[in-house]
Amino acid sequence: MSPETILKLSGVTKRFGGVQALTEVDVEIHRGDILGIIGPNGSGKTTLVNCITGFVTPDAGQVIFAGRDITGWPPHKIADLGLTRTFQVMRPYYSLPAYKNLIVPLFSRRARRTGGWRGGGRMGDRNTVAVDILEEIGFERDSYVPYKAASSLPTGYLKRLELARCLALRPDLILCDEVFSGLSMSEMASMLPLMEKLRQEGVTLIMVEHRLRELFSLANRVMVLNFGAKVCEGGSEEVMANEEVKKAYFGSEEVFEYV
Amino acid sequence: MEAVMATRRKERLDRGIKVRTDGIYAVSSWREIAYLVLPRLLLIGGLLLMPLLLSQAPYWQRVVSIVCIYSLLAISFDFLAHFVGLVSLGGALYIGVGAYIAALLNTHFGLPSWVTVPLSTILGGGFCTLLLWPCLPLRGVYFAIVSLMFPLLAARIIEALDIFGGTDGILGVDGFSSKWMEMYVLIALVLLILFGLRRLVNEDLGLVFRGVKDNDQAVKASGIDVITIKALGVFIASAIGCLGGAMLSHLYMWAGLSQFALDFSIIPIAATVVGGGGTLAGPVIGCLILVPISELLRDFGTLRIAVYALILCGFIVFKSEGLMVYGSRKYQQFERWVQI
Repeated sequence: MSPETILKLSGVTKRFGGVQALTEVDVEIHRGDILGIIGPNGSGKTTLVNCITGFVTPDAGQVIFAGRDITGWPPHKIADLGLTRTFQVMRPYYSLPAYKNLIVPLFSRRARRTGGWRGGGRMGDRNTVAVDILEEIGFERDSYVPYKAASSLPTGYLKRLELARCLALRPDLILCDEVFSGLSMSEMASMLPLMEKLRQEGVTLIMVEHRLRELFSLANRVMVLNFGAKVCEGGSEEVMANEEVKKAYFGSEEVFEYV
Repeated sequence: MEAVMATRRKERLDRGIKVRTDGIYAVSSWREIAYLVLPRLLLIGGLLLMPLLLSQAPYWQRVVSIVCIYSLLAISFDFLAHFVGLVSLGGALYIGVGAYIAALLNTHFGLPSWVTVPLSTILGGGFCTLLLWPCLPLRGVYFAIVSLMFPLLAARIIEALDIFGGTDGILGVDGFSSKWMEMYVLIALVLLILFGLRRLVNEDLGLVFRGVKDNDQAVKASGIDVITIKALGVFIASAIGCLGGAMLSHLYMWAGLSQFALDFSIIPIAATVVGGGGTLAGPVIGCLILVPISELLRDFGTLRIAVYALILCGFIVFKSEGLMVYGSRKYQQFERWVQI
């Protein structure tokens, strides 16, 4: 039995004025996969995330999620199908306590249908569900972390709050835009098992990352972007060994000589 | 002098009753309950007593009603600006639409005021929301400019097409049975809407409104259509404005072009600046100060705009937080000088 394809991109292209941000990107993700997307700065990783989640409409190509062509759909409809994302720049609702940040996703139609993460069907009190989600994701309830103002939380918790916002929708696929960046080693150490746990629960993950070591330990497939085009795709060793990838990251021989 | 200043500083301490999170209080004695209830009772009691205190001055009783109508507009402006993130200069549109609908319903269909007022609140709110719907993706100053165009446009259209009585307006609208009823209905409406909205902004729906203001991208990614939420916010705000307009047309027994006047767009903003934005109660206090001043300065004609501008500049420069924010800080914190 071949694994079920959950997301398929074919020929996704995006141009911003004279800049070719994405050129004919094809990729296929199976349910339960963790796909890593890496590439140097400005290689089009975030644009790809924006194209998939509807924040940017691709100029050409198709995005097919769970058998449906979602190209050009507005973001809230895509999220309603169960495809959601975190943002690279975290902007929580700072004035509110952490758990109140989750009221917004729990208010959505999808959360009402699914009951939120582990809500089990009918939505009960949103505050209770919100605190449960946060506790599950590592906000210590005993020391009242879920009740603290979002403005007072350190980066590690804010990254997790971003993830919790996605989980509140009980998604099928989460696009994580650099959830590891800016974390300390200990924060990272607690984040890795969390991602692994999500995968085991059947959530498909696409992770855009700069922290390669951590990404390679998690992802079962990696795609490399450079100047908006796919350089290669495969297992982590395969990608590491690829000459094109080395060139993209470290420059070509000629450049070294020139320097 | 500087040496004296450097040896001491102002220390601020929260009063014991206010615990870490806003809005959660440990209430254990009558004194503490009084501490919480007193400011609210002061506003409610003050508003309710005002018509009685002014019973010897019928002109100023009319001013009480006008204050209430401006308060409704100011509350709706504050709600839309600080909790939904849309700066609307459409106050004159809401008043005008509400006034014309109420006047038409009353003169054409003979409906009594207790039917026309609620009806024009709902219909007017719906009409204004439909007009503003295409502008909802706009943000900040762009939405403000577009919303300012509508009242100007509406007045010119009525004038040019000579519909709804043209420049004469609609005459012969029923008044209220007594001035006491008119004042107390308005005061009750202001209090009801003030405390209702203060509750709403902390409910789940209110948090979604605030989410749209703080970070609409995250709201979209949460599977919620931002435009629908904004439309709902505009509906609530414009319905409150139309309610004020409908009351105004019954008050003056007339609906006319001057109800699209820019005063209705500008004074609520001034009142919000003076009273303190984001508090909802602040704008009411702002109106209680600014509208009577405006009446006192009526003899000076257009010069009152200059006085207005001075007051506004003064507040923006010296107390930009507004009276309500300043007052509640003073009320909830001890301040004392300590030696360094």
